[in-house]
Amino acid sequence: MIDGFLALYIFMLAAFTGYEIIARVPVILHTPLMSGSNFVHGIVLVGAMVALGHAVGPVEIAIGVVAVLLAAGNVAGGYVVTERMLEMFKSSKAPAGEKKP
Amino acid sequence: MTLPAWVPTLVDAVYFIAAVLFIWGLKRMSSPRTARNGIVWAGAGMAAAIIATFFLPGMHNLGWMLGAIIVGVVVSWVVGRRVAMTAMPQMVALFNGMGGGAAAAIGAVELIKFNVAALAAGQAATAAALLPGADVLAPTLTPVELTLAFVGVLIGAVSFTGSLIAFAKLQGWMDRRFVFPLQRWVNLALFVATLVCGAMALAAAVHGQAFAWNWLVAFFVLALVVGVAMTLPIGGADMPVVISMYNAFTGLAVAFEGFVLQNEAMIIAGMVVGAAGTLLTQLMAKAMNRSLANVLFGNFGAGGGADQAQAIAGAMKPIDASDAAVMMAYAERVAIVPGYGMAVAQAQHKVWEFAKLLLERGVKVKFAIHPVAGRMPGHMNVLLAEAGVPYDLIADMDDINPEFPNTDVALVIGANDVVNPVARTDKGSPIYGMPILDVSKARNVIVIKRGRGTGFAGIENALFYADNTRMLYGDGQAAAGQLVTELKSLDT
Repeated sequence: MIDGFLALYIFMLAAFTGYEIIARVPVILHTPLMSGSNFVHGIVLVGAMVALGHAVGPVEIAIGVVAVLLAAGNVAGGYVVTERMLEMFKSSKAPAGEKKP
Repeated sequence: MTLPAWVPTLVDAVYFIAAVLFIWGLKRMSSPRTARNGIVWAGAGMAAAIIATFFLPGMHNLGWMLGAIIVGVVVSWVVGRRVAMTAMPQMVALFNGMGGGAAAAIGAVELIKFNVAALAAGQAATAAALLPGADVLAPTLTPVELTLAFVGVLIGAVSFTGSLIAFAKLQGWMDRRFVFPLQRWVNLALFVATLVCGAMALAAAVHGQAFAWNWLVAFFVLALVVGVAMTLPIGGADMPVVISMYNAFTGLAVAFEGFVLQNEAMIIAGMVVGAAGTLLTQLMAKAMNRSLANVLFGNFGAGGGADQAQAIAGAMKPIDASDAAVMMAYAERVAIVPGYGMAVAQAQHKVWEFAKLLLERGVKVKFAIHPVAGRMPGHMNVLLAEAGVPYDLIADMDDINPEFPNTDVALVIGANDVVNPVARTDKGSPIYGMPILDVSKARNVIVIKRGRGTGFAGIENALFYADNTRMLYGDGQAAAGQLVTELKSLDT
């Protein structure tokens, strides 16, 4: 059980962690990183599963299914988009550098 | 389903490892060399957490759950795979909105559950009997949990509809801006009404009493409307900042609902994203030299050309592709300044082909990227990377600006506002003070442009009228193709 100040400490430390991770990021990675963090909050799927798992009655189940559906979309879409963006980052060892004699 | 007693502990351990992997993954994503496997680490953590959740005690509706996950994953996966790289920003908006909606829906389920329990004679024992699995979730929520559940619903719902509007705008399904008189006051009234509905329900709930269903429904609907109303008046150029803000919102909503569900992985991942997203939003707003408040409540470009303080003297001077190609072929340094126009024309491959030919001739070529080039910070880098441009040829604004006076030719393709010297000189201009690429300081400037229109911000560009600027009119891809042909013909 997490309560009161313990929760506050978790909130605070996690917030600092997030801030520090982003603080020194080159601009070139801003979009992939936004997309990456978009994927990470896809953890909401776990919460949606818990909510649906304990849902009783048609209304709760319907909303729970919507939650799981949306969250699953967040997870999969966030991953694919981020992966596709990052796939493209490579350094220039092979191409272009050679000059004509 | 009977599971050994140590299973819940194992699930908790998996959540802990997932949280570590998320932070580790994001950390690796913050450097170009390690970025690629960063997402893989985070993905592994996510997969483990999702699988572990199936083994929590007292879970029901597993069929529905599995079905919804499969449908959601497959649809998003296919859409995410198929979509063009230029459309990435709206995809981020869409998937982010889905996360926000999920967080709001979780809050709704928990609040409904609470109210059902509270209605059931207000007796915990009676309530627990009605709710299978109540041994895991407290049948009643503490006042703090209730408050966070409401706040999470509000933020999540706003993020949901707000992101969807942002998606529609970037996708071009919607007019860029939608304004009417007293809009700010109407929005404020909507927001206050939302808070009142939430507070009415909460006031009863914190005393362990049931609230009227109408308050909860009204709260939910109004929160969704607020998200729409907030986003409608914001122009397309500001969308990246807004999407980033909603990304942070979703993170916070996830963290709050995680608290309600007593799920540490959600709290930590949500909060990390909330903080990181907030910082990212600030960085983006700063790159445009505007405050977040200005983005949200300012009326950028509302006056159109009316507040144009200085008339621009001179005329645009055209150039044809062969002259432009010769000019760059015999230059020592060339800076290519791509903008969103290049991406829309799908010209990045042709441009890179052209740059490669220049490099083969010994010309020093660099790509100069403005922080907000494209539709998001770093978006242009992604588009260039897609075309195969190695990232060490790509220079940030701060690195390249001192080099412009020594640059023989600056080739501007589809960029407009980010190279407009008016931002430095004209205090009356709406973009005054925005950091720009000092393209006008280069010895020669060639601008590839479709026509004579203004940029996204609707402001005349003094660069186009400068003495050392030549205009190469045409579609970005066609013009770049011509340059390639002309350059090749030089060698034969």
